[in-house]
Amino acid sequence: MLKILKYSFYDLMRSSWSYVYLGFYLLLGIVLLFLNNDLSKAVITLMNVIIVLVPLIGTIFGVMYYYNSKEFTELLLAQPLKRSSIFLGQYLGVAISLSMSLIIGLGLPFIAYGLFKSSAIWDFSLLLIVGVFLTFIFSALAFNIALSHENKIKGFGYAILMWLFLAIIYDGLFLMSLIIFEDYPLDKVSLIGTMLNPIDLSRTLILLKLDISALLGYTGAVFKQFFGTSFGLIISFVMLLVWVILPVFRIVFKSRKKDF
Amino acid sequence: MVEIKDLHKSFSKNNVLNGVDLNINKGGIFAVLGPNGSGKTTIIKSILGMVIPNKGSIKVFDSDIKKSSDYRHKIDYMPQIANFPSNLKVIELIKMIKDLRGATDKDQMLIETFKLEPFLNKKLGTLSGGTKQKVNIVLTFMFDSPIIILDEPTTGLDPISLIRLKELIATEKQKGKAILITSHIMSFVEEVADEIVFILEGKIYFRGSIKALQEKTKEKDFEHAIANILIENHA
Repeated sequence: MLKILKYSFYDLMRSSWSYVYLGFYLLLGIVLLFLNNDLSKAVITLMNVIIVLVPLIGTIFGVMYYYNSKEFTELLLAQPLKRSSIFLGQYLGVAISLSMSLIIGLGLPFIAYGLFKSSAIWDFSLLLIVGVFLTFIFSALAFNIALSHENKIKGFGYAILMWLFLAIIYDGLFLMSLIIFEDYPLDKVSLIGTMLNPIDLSRTLILLKLDISALLGYTGAVFKQFFGTSFGLIISFVMLLVWVILPVFRIVFKSRKKDF
Repeated sequence: MVEIKDLHKSFSKNNVLNGVDLNINKGGIFAVLGPNGSGKTTIIKSILGMVIPNKGSIKVFDSDIKKSSDYRHKIDYMPQIANFPSNLKVIELIKMIKDLRGATDKDQMLIETFKLEPFLNKKLGTLSGGTKQKVNIVLTFMFDSPIIILDEPTTGLDPISLIRLKELIATEKQKGKAILITSHIMSFVEEVADEIVFILEGKIYFRGSIKALQEKTKEKDFEHAIANILIENHA
């Protein structure tokens, strides 16, 4: 698997897209710091961008890489390699190179601005960790969708729909259900609802850490009340981990039964 | 060497293989023939584990192919359409496959034989179909495996390369290897094949030497003998 990972990683490192992505984060980091003039405020703004954008990029890159490396995959399948190592290697190649772009692209401007001397360093690290989690989650989901659909257009369509649903539509439905059933006690429901969406979960996680859960309104308050800050962090991380592991398992399972 | 038992495969509603039994237990050149869509490539891909059969078993050197992927060390496969990652250079691709399968020094000789030196540092996406096929040949023949599978090996090759390929196949045969070839070029098959495996509607319709086929169909010409089977079964 490590050999496949190595080749997928090199392949991506050579494609110009990785650099466009890296450049985008560099620019974003510099502009945010320039406009905010304050590290911790920049971290909050950054959170809002990361929570929506990282999943989108992970989804698009995951689907694109899978379909683009079809020839490479077919070549590898005839070699003495396990299927699971071929697909996991490719998946990790995508996820790791995207995560590296994120960490380097945002890290450099913040370090240059004096992150290490600032108290915002922990908030910033948490932001990067969540960003990495989201990259791993959404590229795994994208690989799942691409594995299930031979047709590129369909695969792309479903992947974008998945992102749209988790990033935007889910929140809308969630909010609507809270309004409709406002006469009932909804603490547990909203808690579970947050857990079931990795984007909401990441947002809650960061807001809990930044101790500004009032910004999030109801969900954050419930989270705080139920878990207290440190326990909430642990539960959220466990849930994020589950969100990585389940799609990865399905990649292994699905790839074992697929015809090429 | 290869033992296929009662192999069934369908793609959605399309039944491609309906109980294929094939046993190859000695070296030689076996030509797998059949009309378009008869399931030749599906059989080959099943042996390689790229297509998962619905029913049946495949054994390569007495070990079930479902158990491990290691048996593929014993098979050299040349795919039908040479689709390579287009942003890799030829030399990088050769290095990569060597890295994945094990060291060999036969590649140098093959590169010289097929005059690929000027293309080594070019990206695979920029090569012509014939040149890609030559790269395909190098990748296939650079390992010394006891089983060789060639899917339409002659596609896009110029006459000189075709002669070289035939020589290459002949030398490999003399080492006692089993070589499976699919082709639609009957003159090529007639020239190289020891045995014919004719597939029709997902089953093995005939297996034997070219001579036996000519006797069965009462046609002296090999190409006509094949056409005869097709007409009889489709008319």
